[in-house]
Amino acid sequence: MRHIISALVENKSGVLARIAGLFSARGFNIDSLTVGETEDPTVSRMTIVVRGDDRTLEQVKKQLNKLIDIISVRDLTKKGFIDRELLLFKISVGQDTRQKAANYLEKNHARVLHSTSNTLTVEFVGDQEHVLKLLEGLSDYGVKDMVRTGRIALAKE
Amino acid sequence: MKLTGAKILVESLKKEGVEVIFGYPGGVVLPIFDVLYDSSIRFILVRHEQGAAHAADGYARATGKTGVCLATSGPGATNLVTGIATAYMDSIPMVAITGQVKTSLIGNDAFQEADVTGITRPITKHNYLVKNVEDLSLIIKEAFHIASTGRPGPVVVDLPVDIQMQETEFRYPAAVHMRGYKPTLFGHPGQIKKAAREIGRSKRPIIYAGGGVIISGASGELIELAEKIEAPVTTTLMGLGGFPQTHRLSLGMLGMHGTASANHSIMESDLIIAVGARFDDRVTGRLDAFAPNAKVIHIDIDPASVSKNVEVDIPIVGDAKNILVELNKAVKKPDTAEWLKKVNEWRKHHPLRYNDSETKIKPQYVIEQIYEATKGDAIICTEVGQNQMWTAQFYKFTTPRSFISSGGLGTMGYGFPAAIGAKLGCPGKPVFDIAGDGSIQMNIQELATAVINRIPVKVAILNNGFLGMVRQWQELFYGKRYSSTYLSHDVPDFVKLAEAYGAAGMRITKKHEVRPAIEKAMKIDNVVFMDFIVEEEENVFPMVPSGEAINKMIMVGSLA
Repeated sequence: MRHIISALVENKSGVLARIAGLFSARGFNIDSLTVGETEDPTVSRMTIVVRGDDRTLEQVKKQLNKLIDIISVRDLTKKGFIDRELLLFKISVGQDTRQKAANYLEKNHARVLHSTSNTLTVEFVGDQEHVLKLLEGLSDYGVKDMVRTGRIALAKE
Repeated sequence: MKLTGAKILVESLKKEGVEVIFGYPGGVVLPIFDVLYDSSIRFILVRHEQGAAHAADGYARATGKTGVCLATSGPGATNLVTGIATAYMDSIPMVAITGQVKTSLIGNDAFQEADVTGITRPITKHNYLVKNVEDLSLIIKEAFHIASTGRPGPVVVDLPVDIQMQETEFRYPAAVHMRGYKPTLFGHPGQIKKAAREIGRSKRPIIYAGGGVIISGASGELIELAEKIEAPVTTTLMGLGGFPQTHRLSLGMLGMHGTASANHSIMESDLIIAVGARFDDRVTGRLDAFAPNAKVIHIDIDPASVSKNVEVDIPIVGDAKNILVELNKAVKKPDTAEWLKKVNEWRKHHPLRYNDSETKIKPQYVIEQIYEATKGDAIICTEVGQNQMWTAQFYKFTTPRSFISSGGLGTMGYGFPAAIGAKLGCPGKPVFDIAGDGSIQMNIQELATAVINRIPVKVAILNNGFLGMVRQWQELFYGKRYSSTYLSHDVPDFVKLAEAYGAAGMRITKKHEVRPAIEKAMKIDNVVFMDFIVEEEENVFPMVPSGEAINKMIMVGSLA
């Protein structure tokens, strides 16, 4: 099962390497990891999506907590949380498919940022459910390039 | 007053009460060595940086203080790595200071540059690369605080040469505040109450004590608990000395080479009280068969050790001593008379034993003789392998910090430099290194360090010409195909080697010479190498084959 771990960490060099090293050394699987400053510039928040059973997750949390530069660790999965991911992608379109693609994107609240005669570059922001739904429908079109930020999340409380 | 970084480092070490540093100079630590030249801190010049790390570790284990080692950048630092990893696996407080190329060259593949914080990240509790001289005193303060508190461990401070030469105002911080590091020291009262209730209800309790008992100084409280609840006590390798092996409730060590009584008892128990131990694979054997009917109380300062390998019913996170003080107040004695009867039968029927010989020297006999000659009152270091296991089995450790050995990492070459560090920390105690002829050669260059600095450690080499433990596995599991485990019976000549370094050397080939040789060595005010030519194919028994349940032991004579 996928878990969303939210960690507050010291905004210092080397912290990302410590966390990445810990995950590889202990054989934990990361789906995605994002990091950025918080309202306090000395603190960064990491959102880590990790797969594993409850026992593995317990170890992930404890091992993360042992790192000196980690201030706090929460598993958001079992609590209410809001999550978002940003996708940028380019799809191939021809004269015959352009309108159909545009309709599909609009219906799914994706935004075309740039278009050429044979491509559309699109932005989409949504939670995982919507991301997955959008990706499913996109398989009808040729997705050329894609970049995803990985999920970020905040607890509701 | 403004001081240079090098001077700030040394002044900070003094503030931390550092008496001795083990190390080796080099290009980018020259400013530090210039300050050390007329400092009050004693500097022990080793012959290889690995020796410095192990000596600092041995000093820390013998005294409980934080050990300090110092090396130059690049190869100096990488030579420390095995010693740092050894300390990390056994939770030993150590601060390792490494020189680094100047900050403007970092990342340029400069001469003798290595990414030391990168290399040591997974084998340290924490590490630092100092980028501003203003941060240095706080970093040293934090380094010692992190190394010595909570679950102790090594901390590396990587110090570029230009920072050593820059000047700033020196003020040593009085306290540290780290929002990401606050070890839990006191156990949760509710959990302690629950544990006490469970103990009161148990019929077959056993105490399983590890190195945490020694680190927290909880030996007295552990004895009190055992006597109060009349429960047998087994210790891990790291826990030896944490509970007196001469005590009527002591079962000795458990696990792969543990006693039969300890292994049977823990397997049949209905309650395991684990104190400062981490259910290592050498202890549990086959995990799904381990102590099937036992509930588990786990007292440990490291939350990550709880329920890592074995599911724990009642975890109590905190310092072992603090928790045992409270637990001792709360427990009521269960009725363990039947249980102790059973335990004592195992003990009676399966004592530790070996087939002695009239003429040949058995390695176990040498250890028994060292035990008797020292009256059990020595610091005993070991190398790794058969020498280590026989020592654990046949020397009866009764006091904390009397047994010093690389448990988690299993580092050959550890014992001799560790003995040097231990002797410096405890000059009034006899210090032995019980070695194999393989291990001793891994840091034998430290003979020079010991002789020149007049650190009279006694080295007992159990010389069987083999890498004995690996040979034992080959004998039992690889059809006696001794692939690359035969060393030599006459190379090197350990007596001549010792003498070449100015130490005393003895060769002991007959059983009746063993005891007199040990007594003579103890009277010599110098480093002594005792080369005991022992039975070649002696094995360590009991032995639990890897991956088996720990009550499935191969016993002495069971293969014949």
